[in-house]
Amino acid sequence: MMRRFGTIVLVLFLGVAISGCAASKKKGGSAVEVEDATIGNTTDSTASGIGTGDTTAGEIIVVEENTTDMDDPLGQRVVYFDFDSANLTPEAQRIVEAHAQYLAGNPGMAVVLEGHADERGTREYNLALGERRANAVSQIFQSLGVPADAIRTISYGEERPVSMGQDEGAWSLNRRVEILY
Amino acid sequence: MTPDRIIRRLALWWLLGAFAFSPSAFGKLTIEITEGAGSGIPIAAVPFKWIGSGSPPEDIGAIVSADLYRSGRFDLLPASDFLSRPSEVSEVRYKDWRLIKAEALVVGRLTMTGPDQFDVSFELLDVYREKVKTGLKFSVKRSQLRQVAHQISDRIFYEMTGIEGAFNTRIAYVTMQQQDKDRIYQLMVADSDGHNPQEILKTTNLPVLSPSWSPNGQWLAYVSFSDDRSGANIWFQDIASGQRRRIARIDGSASAPAWSPDGRSLALTVSASGNTDIYVMQVATGELRRITKDPAIDTEPAWSPDGRDLVFTSDRGGRPQIYRAKADGTGVERLTREGKENAGASYDPTGKRLVLVTNRGSGAGYQIGVFYLESGRTDVLTDGTLDESPTFSSNGTMILYATKMGREGVLAAVSADGRVRQLLKLHDGDVREPAWSVSR
Repeated sequence: MMRRFGTIVLVLFLGVAISGCAASKKKGGSAVEVEDATIGNTTDSTASGIGTGDTTAGEIIVVEENTTDMDDPLGQRVVYFDFDSANLTPEAQRIVEAHAQYLAGNPGMAVVLEGHADERGTREYNLALGERRANAVSQIFQSLGVPADAIRTISYGEERPVSMGQDEGAWSLNRRVEILY
Repeated sequence: MTPDRIIRRLALWWLLGAFAFSPSAFGKLTIEITEGAGSGIPIAAVPFKWIGSGSPPEDIGAIVSADLYRSGRFDLLPASDFLSRPSEVSEVRYKDWRLIKAEALVVGRLTMTGPDQFDVSFELLDVYREKVKTGLKFSVKRSQLRQVAHQISDRIFYEMTGIEGAFNTRIAYVTMQQQDKDRIYQLMVADSDGHNPQEILKTTNLPVLSPSWSPNGQWLAYVSFSDDRSGANIWFQDIASGQRRRIARIDGSASAPAWSPDGRSLALTVSASGNTDIYVMQVATGELRRITKDPAIDTEPAWSPDGRDLVFTSDRGGRPQIYRAKADGTGVERLTREGKENAGASYDPTGKRLVLVTNRGSGAGYQIGVFYLESGRTDVLTDGTLDESPTFSSNGTMILYATKMGREGVLAAVSADGRVRQLLKLHDGDVREPAWSVSR
């Protein structure tokens, strides 16, 4: 049943096939750097019909920049997960708890927990998985005294990868929750 | 494949390539056949005779030939083999076609009858019985000529195979292009052969996914995001007017829309308080009914053709697998048992098969499979590692899906029996999330 994509046409694509971006991964202890450059900060939607057009301009939202002090758990705004898992690693737990304590001690602050997945699996499943990851962080926040109404969770599934590679190095950076406040 | 067949295939390639890249027929998507069945019905399609001034506005014969070829059911005989070029039944010498082993012959005419008015007519002939099998005549404007060509293909396909054609249908898909720091998404609608692509939505940094056609082909439901960070939500968009509206505000996020066969309901996924379940919404009233109530992820609902059942993806057993429930949520049962993961299932028009994304384990990644409900077996049809979003043609013979060429997303099609595969190459950007319409 299985046959290979086997004709001349494939040759035309080889150039594309070997030009995939190399993943850059720096992961050791707490020295995790995530480049935010792949995600722009302007959003906009324009719907149009095949007959007539309809334009809606969007607002601007500002994606907060990661702070740079990597020794302080509060300096780390991103926690990472294993494949198809929403369980927090001990390192992630430490970071999440530090943020929870800070937020619990500063009433009135609002936090957005943004869940993400790697590209493996279907897009819709990954949207749900990102939701589950964000919710796992939210549960810890709430258990440590952050009011539920100060927390908003949002999942982008696999739609906003920070690393474009197609290997575990890239995937491990994309399975994440970003803590934004 | 015999050398003769390879040469024929290359000759046809030349023909289709010239057609695909000619400026007048230039579309955003070009179709590139990577593997043929080599055992189709031998058919000869004579270029349609042009009766008018200047050059013909469309090459009807080439559009029909390309449709038939893409279906994998036909071997298109190369025009260089033709011993004569009839355009009328009265001009046909059947022995010319028996000599080159054609079983069927298509002849036709394109006549200019006014400034923007054309007559198109064709006949399909049985070479061995020496008789006309079918024929049609159309009077249309220039802008309708491609659609007429696809209707001719549908008629020929039905006469030769007994299966309704699905050429005169449309596809929706999403493109994504990285421009500096921004990701630009476009929701596109095109003819089934990729021609006539038209943007119906463009967003900046707001992902677009999961388009679903209403059964009458008038609306698309899809998932996107708004700039208020409220999470994924579902929009309805009228394709002709471009009018769109977000479905009634839901506490949580909404995704995975699937129109019911009668067009009255929408199955969808709602995530609230971290739990993801299937709901059914009445399109007219917005009334929501909860279908699943499991702490696991339940998503990607799809209707059976009779509207009685829903299949969906759930990880309630540990890994994503396909389950089925009655449309009221009762009688939940697990369907897939082969493979490490199965997801993203939808029914074929007979209700006997599902197309799905399957992961067989051992690092094989994700391929497109056809699951047979009666036997519980799955045929794996593709060999990519990140294949996804499969969608059946309305007649169940072809499956359109998303695959990767290197880092780039492209669309591909495979016949439901796995014999023919083809790539649909977009010229720039990442192409994903195909959805095939049921009607035009």
